Amino acid sequence: MKARVHVTLKTGVLDPQGKAIQHALSQLDFDGVEGVRTGKVFELELTDTDQTHARERVEAMCQQLLANTVIENYDIEIG
Amino acid sequence: MQAAVIVFPGSNCDRDVAVALERASGQRPLMVWHKDSVLPDVDLIVLPGGFSYGDYLRSGAIAAHSPVLRDVKARAEKGTAVLGICNGFQVLIESGLLPGGLLRNESLKYICKDVGLTVQSNESVFTRHYHSDQRVVFPIAHGDGNYFIDESGRKRLEDEERIAFRYCDTKGQVTPEANPNGSVANIAGIYNKQRNVLGMMPHPERLADPALGGNDGAAMFDGLVEALS
Repeated sequence: MKARVHVTLKTGVLDPQGKAIQHALSQLDFDGVEGVRTGKVFELELTDTDQTHARERVEAMCQQLLANTVIENYDIEIG
Repeated sequence: MQAAVIVFPGSNCDRDVAVALERASGQRPLMVWHKDSVLPDVDLIVLPGGFSYGDYLRSGAIAAHSPVLRDVKARAEKGTAVLGICNGFQVLIESGLLPGGLLRNESLKYICKDVGLTVQSNESVFTRHYHSDQRVVFPIAHGDGNYFIDESGRKRLEDEERIAFRYCDTKGQVTPEANPNGSVANIAGIYNKQRNVLGMMPHPERLADPALGGNDGAAMFDGLVEALS
């Protein structure tokens, strides 16, 4: 089973890399980009066969290591 | 005073801090490899600066789960003094011993320079040889030193007088211009609630000998020796 985890900075936390990318996009004449937020994607290959159990485990992985929940949000996709 | 300096793969200020500690105490610190699971009996544990595990995932995130950290946390909870400098501060944050988070510098630049700091609270074994509001100069050298904590967390740190150092200008004023990395409220270092854990981005060990161009860091190590011997 596969799991994909998206980790992004929380709203209100400054994302200087996102700001730099937004600036670069405007330099390339891409108008109308009101904001850019950067993040990380983790693709996990799991041996689990039960979706609920897999989600619980990935949730624990996010809490303990993959995200710093003080500054980051995470989103889990299973399957 | 017997100190232990934890060495992670990627630590690069471990020997600098060991020299500063030996100079102050006359006793060579024990260098402890991150894979050791039990620490020797020591009065002070230092998590040094550097790039533990190459800063993979987030600065300090992998080191916070290395075998030795379990015992560091247990000792800290029992009251042993723990000092985390730069990457060591990032490890303390990631391990949950100190609150908040450390983000990429606002400028996106790696910054290496001497900065002014004011000592906000000198009531700890680390800062007892400074006065409150004293201005000192320590170097910084980091890419991820932008301290973040939410509003209620910041208020709690202030109410409990747990802010150890703030970035300031040459007159000792805490101004936005004197903030090198975008940290909330110019925060450069904080204590835990029991005040036996200090995490800070600046490097006191890099200006702890007049031969290095400054001696402001020496008082931290002298104070620790006096308090913990």
